[in-house]
Amino acid sequence: MRAFVVAVFAFLYLPIALVVLFSFNAGHHASEFTGFSVQWYGKALSNPFLVEALKNSLFIATTSALLAAFCGTAAALGLQRVGARTRALFDALLGAAIVVPGVVIGISTLVALVQLFAVVNPFLASVWPTDQPPRLSLGYGSIIAAHGLFSMALVTMIVGTRLASLDRNLVEASSDLYATPLTTFHSIVLPQIMPAVIAGFLLAFTFSFDDFIIAFFVAGAQTTLPIYVFASIRRGVTPEINAIATIVLAASVLLVLLAQWQLGRRKPSP
Amino acid sequence: MTAVPDIEFRAVTKRYGAVTAVSGIDLAIPPSAFVALLGPSGCGKTTCLRMIGGFEQPSEGQVLIRGRDMAGTPPYRRPVNMVFQQYALFPHLDVEDNISYGLRQARPRLSSREISQRAGEALSMVQLAGYGRRKIHELSGGQQQRVALARALVNKPAVLLLDEPLAALDKKLRTDMQIELQNLQREIGITFVLVTHDQEEALSMSDFVCVMNGGRVVQLGQPSEIYDEPADLFVADFVGKTNLVSGKVAGLSGDLVDVALADGTVISARKRVPLSRGEAVSVSLRPESLSLSAPGSGSLKGIVRNRIFLGSTAEYAIEVPGIGSLLAKADHVIGQGNLFRPGEPVAIGFAAGAPLAFPHAKNNGTNQREDQNAEILS
Repeated sequence: MRAFVVAVFAFLYLPIALVVLFSFNAGHHASEFTGFSVQWYGKALSNPFLVEALKNSLFIATTSALLAAFCGTAAALGLQRVGARTRALFDALLGAAIVVPGVVIGISTLVALVQLFAVVNPFLASVWPTDQPPRLSLGYGSIIAAHGLFSMALVTMIVGTRLASLDRNLVEASSDLYATPLTTFHSIVLPQIMPAVIAGFLLAFTFSFDDFIIAFFVAGAQTTLPIYVFASIRRGVTPEINAIATIVLAASVLLVLLAQWQLGRRKPSP
Repeated sequence: MTAVPDIEFRAVTKRYGAVTAVSGIDLAIPPSAFVALLGPSGCGKTTCLRMIGGFEQPSEGQVLIRGRDMAGTPPYRRPVNMVFQQYALFPHLDVEDNISYGLRQARPRLSSREISQRAGEALSMVQLAGYGRRKIHELSGGQQQRVALARALVNKPAVLLLDEPLAALDKKLRTDMQIELQNLQREIGITFVLVTHDQEEALSMSDFVCVMNGGRVVQLGQPSEIYDEPADLFVADFVGKTNLVSGKVAGLSGDLVDVALADGTVISARKRVPLSRGEAVSVSLRPESLSLSAPGSGSLKGIVRNRIFLGSTAEYAIEVPGIGSLLAKADHVIGQGNLFRPGEPVAIGFAAGAPLAFPHAKNNGTNQREDQNAEILS
């Protein structure tokens, strides 16, 4: 039994450990460790294509996570005020959105966007006053929209859980102390759910930053970091790729830990 | 009393779906009084308090605060403040910010100097001067209770509402807080409305007790009235300890009835409602109105089953053949070794006018509905 557990964890984490190890390899080969060096990090960060992809990823992750945190929180607040049946329906839909495979989200988002563009672009062309109407196409916007939509479900769930554990008495006490509903919201409710909103933002950021599948479908001509890594692997695994992977890994772990810490903060007392 | 009541209920009914939590209550709470709403869980007392606070709207009737109909007035526009059962202190604010929360909502705005001065006064009032910068979770239960009080009173409300405020405290602290609350109420002179299911608390603290059962007010009166002259069997049983003994009306003379008990003994009791000859009744006998003596005198004979010596008093469980077990309470006088021992036969007498006869309990329906309410409201 113990050996089995060790085997499982070895299978899970050994490849990751090797990637981290070989990112510090002085040699060129991915299979032979010849000495410690950080040269591949330097090489990776001086590669303009890679830096461009990293910038894209950071921008997309930040924007989509902000969008998700805002819309998801609003949705969670709204869902508090609907009837039990509507609530159950939306909870189920949210759960479904999270378990639907990335491939399906990718394809369906792509199809939906292409259909939308096919309608909107001619319309824009017909109403635009000048000869150069804006043309909607796949790119930043579509990745942000797709990631934002998925992450919104995540944020809605996290914030919703926090709201459910929020002491209703606090809201009543605030109201009893002459605070209007708006004041109660920003002085009492928002501070109480803020850790969940921040945690939701961080998880949304991590998801977007790491996502390859959905981005691959809707990216158009844009390149995000995971797409760049995927493309360069076709030319063979270089220690440079290991270095990027290690950076992404470290950032993701850090963000997830931050999110966990946020969720554990100021738990409403029982 | 000609003054406008601080709180007035006019034919107030509150329904939750098919369940009636409060049915047709008329109630006037006089100014500057300490009033307790007392009743078992689910009797509608908390619903009444929440209707005063504005957290519930009556289904029918009107709730008036100082003569103004409060229909449609949200909690934040009512001149009342509430101390919540679990205190509901804001965990992300410190003590002083909790207390000044209500003052900060005042329009036109109060100067920050006035706010901090009044918050400081409120803290001193509840003996927590110097605690302003503490975090809520650093305070003990008793201190949190005081902060909750200060947070409500600092706003100088017309009425202070207290929802089972002492339920979460241990017995010693509870007794201290009871005295402190009474003192505060006298000092400030505003009306306190306290909701409690603890009859001792209600009797000891308040000027008026409003006993509720099954969504109705059963009796409103001073504590001694409620205890000595209960309006019905429910009040007699719920407020204080009592022995209920079944019997039949054997004779009527003015305010008094002769009741034949199950063993054939006839005792004289006062009646609070009209009774007719032959009617089944329950007689309420307060433990302290029973006097014990050596066999030979008294109305009933029994055998001491149990004795609980409490220092100044002693309680006896006495088995009376044909009637059952009776609880008697006797003062203990130092030097007079008049304690009866378990197994000893005793005679039981009644203080004149103490036994009260009520129509035999027939309100099973009420009790059932009450249980339903308790389930739904809990």
